[in-house]
Amino acid sequence: MPSIISVQNLRKTYGKTVAVDDISFEVTKGEIFGILGPNGAGKTTTVECLQALRHPDSGDIRVLGLNPLRDAQELRRRIGSQLQESALPDRIKAWEALDLFASVASKALDWHVLLEQWGLADKRKSSFASLSGGQKQRLFIALSLVNNPEVVFLDEMTTGLDPAARRVAWDLIRSVRDRGTTVLLVTHFMDEAENLCDRVAIVDKGKIVASDSPQGLVASHATAVRVIFSTDKTDLAWLKKVAGVKRISHRGKQVEVAGTGPLLALVAAALVEHGIVPSDLRVEQPSLEDVFLKVTGHSAAE
Amino acid sequence: MSTLFKLTWVEIKLFIREPITVVFTLALPIIFLFVMGGVFGNTPSPDIYRGVGPMDYYMPSYYGLIMMAIGTVALPVHLAGYRERGILRRFRASSFSVWSVLGSQLLVSFVIAIAGSILVTIMGKVAYSPHWPVNPGLLVVAFVMGTVCFTCFGFFLGAVLPSTRSAQGVGMLLFFIMMILGGAGPPMEVMSSAMQVIGNITPLHWVIYTLQNPWLGFDWYTSASLITVGITVVSALLAARFFRWD
Repeated sequence: MPSIISVQNLRKTYGKTVAVDDISFEVTKGEIFGILGPNGAGKTTTVECLQALRHPDSGDIRVLGLNPLRDAQELRRRIGSQLQESALPDRIKAWEALDLFASVASKALDWHVLLEQWGLADKRKSSFASLSGGQKQRLFIALSLVNNPEVVFLDEMTTGLDPAARRVAWDLIRSVRDRGTTVLLVTHFMDEAENLCDRVAIVDKGKIVASDSPQGLVASHATAVRVIFSTDKTDLAWLKKVAGVKRISHRGKQVEVAGTGPLLALVAAALVEHGIVPSDLRVEQPSLEDVFLKVTGHSAAE
Repeated sequence: MSTLFKLTWVEIKLFIREPITVVFTLALPIIFLFVMGGVFGNTPSPDIYRGVGPMDYYMPSYYGLIMMAIGTVALPVHLAGYRERGILRRFRASSFSVWSVLGSQLLVSFVIAIAGSILVTIMGKVAYSPHWPVNPGLLVVAFVMGTVCFTCFGFFLGAVLPSTRSAQGVGMLLFFIMMILGGAGPPMEVMSSAMQVIGNITPLHWVIYTLQNPWLGFDWYTSASLITVGITVVSALLAARFFRWD
């Protein structure tokens, strides 16, 4: 597949602060590529360099074969952009904003459809200032799509959306991808990256520390399954003899058994054998969160 | 092109929805018209108002006042606010050019200046029957020069003032100094020499002279018009030099 975005050794500093240390990645046509990392990892700076909104100190960037430093205006016409920090005039109405932003493209989408899809149809005549945080956010996503872009950059797109609206947003972005638009998604939400992205790059302190499909990342970095249950008994040393068990930890009454293989069945059998029948026995499969902890050494919230 | 006109249309609607700028650009000159007209009427007196009727004097002055309100109160606050809040950034990311952003403001300035001037003319004509402009062709030239001048002045202030608050403060201060001393307030002839000196260095003073002469039937005021052009060019260059998207 051809590369739509190619980034080589991108570096950007603000004074003595290194925002992006050394980042390289490729995004192929028609995929949802996620940049996942904690706040301050350099995600936003990276995508702003790609959109010709910031000048990198060094490195080579190609988006749609264009160099953002030289072909900024053509590039901006062909991409869609939802920025983390931006606004519209307070008194502009939702439909006026969409109509205005559609005017930059020769083959813009019908903004009536976008208003409908993003749940803003009844807010079309409302002023920007009167919209709720989630409605503003959805309007910004709709604005990023209205010029029918070849690549769309979404920076923390579900910030401020309620859980139901997030699910809807994910479905809509998938359908945008299915129509052939490449999506570059910046997020600090593990579940968003895991659910939505075809490939994910985990960024920490200005560098990519791991990159693969969410499943691939989990398979290669986090293989441990966790079985969790509660019991009053404290002497559980015998559990270590169960095949596949690596580690047992206690948190009050709650016990967590980590290991590999068909852990749940084996641990359950051993518990029953020792007369322990917990009602809350459950298994947790490894997730992107575990990968993140492992490759960065801290959680995304830190 | 289509973005320029769409943006201009949106900006006109936004202007109308913003009460403060409407008050300063459209309502205040009319209030002035009636205050000054009520006090001075339109009977000429040889010692003041360049020897012409006060309302003949003020009609073109109020055109200048409207242009000046655009350049000191409306535009700087608008542009500084756009930058401060990330609206310019949002525009830029969607490939809006600096020409459509500033070009739309220039067109809006013309729309407001023309609308405001028509309003002032109708009100003034009905209340105090000043004479019609003696040289309408040159008045149009002067009108275009004045509007472009104060639009560029507004671009300059909007480019260098970092925030909405600073733009409001500086813009208001300049508005009142120019309004009182620049030729739209009391007649020059009754002001102290210090006030006259300050009045003479305000852009409004020269824009008003450029407008007044064709209206009153005096010769085209070449030096005033050249100073107006000079202010326009310097403001435009400084605006281009200091314009920032974010």
